[in-house]
Amino acid sequence: MSSHAGFVIAAYGVSFIALAGLIGWVFIDQRLQNRALRQLESRGVRRRSEGKGAQP
Amino acid sequence: MSETVSKTGRWIDWANPTRFMSFAGVILPWLAGLTLIVLAGGLWMSMQAPDDYQQGATVKIMFIHVPFAWLSMMCYTIMTIAALGTLVWRHPLADVSAKAAAPIGAVFTALALITGSLWGKPMWGTWWVWDARLTSVFVLFLMYLGIIALTRAMDDPAKSARATAILTLVGFINIPIIKFSVDWWNTLHQPASVFRMGGSTIDGSLLRPLLVMAIGFTLLFFTLHLMAMRNEIWRRRVVAMRRVAARNADRGPVQ
Repeated sequence: MSSHAGFVIAAYGVSFIALAGLIGWVFIDQRLQNRALRQLESRGVRRRSEGKGAQP
Repeated sequence: MSETVSKTGRWIDWANPTRFMSFAGVILPWLAGLTLIVLAGGLWMSMQAPDDYQQGATVKIMFIHVPFAWLSMMCYTIMTIAALGTLVWRHPLADVSAKAAAPIGAVFTALALITGSLWGKPMWGTWWVWDARLTSVFVLFLMYLGIIALTRAMDDPAKSARATAILTLVGFINIPIIKFSVDWWNTLHQPASVFRMGGSTIDGSLLRPLLVMAIGFTLLFFTLHLMAMRNEIWRRRVVAMRRVAARNADRGPVQ
């Protein structure tokens, strides 16, 4: 049965790579959006909901 | 009357993305920590688990294949509930939830197919057969891809939300087909052996690691889903602010 070890390792390996990619993508996306938000805020852009009437 | 007002008030409170963001910010570190602990424990238990007397070491593929397959269906079910939220209650977070869940569901479905294939080759002697279970899960994968494409096809999320919700609802018919395909048709894939009438047919030494891994991957799903939802809300804020900035630039001082 040890000849099947390759299948087990391949299954875990593929899963690890795919999930690492998914987790990495979520973190990169988070970083990109936060950077864009900070840039816009530093240029003094406000969302409509943060406009005149809204609380600070 | 006043009761109606307060009820509506509570609804709106929950629909408030800012409130969701602070909730996510508080819960995410705990959820991520718990995910790591349970998955680490599950992996350790999987390594300790004995080989199956018939399947040998390949039974270890079960500990990841089965949770991936469960999650592929759970994710679609969550997206269906979100689709109802979009169409019936017009809940502002419902579309965000569906859009954020789709890529995660697609990855879990792809992994269920790949790990199943890697299990099928040594045990069945083939990578793939077009039996009802494998085909219906492949259709689920294609549904995910279609939904991902549709959620990103239009610039205005409000427009794509309705179309995506309707497609998601129609596609839900596939979920009971996947679940019962092994009972309704003659499939190479085995019938259910964990949740079935008369109890599980899997020995406790293999069932325990499987359940811990399933809980671990479910926690991972919710962690990633919450993070992706938060990203999506940030993305929409960025788009809204760019629009405001562009409008202000148009109205800017005339030279």
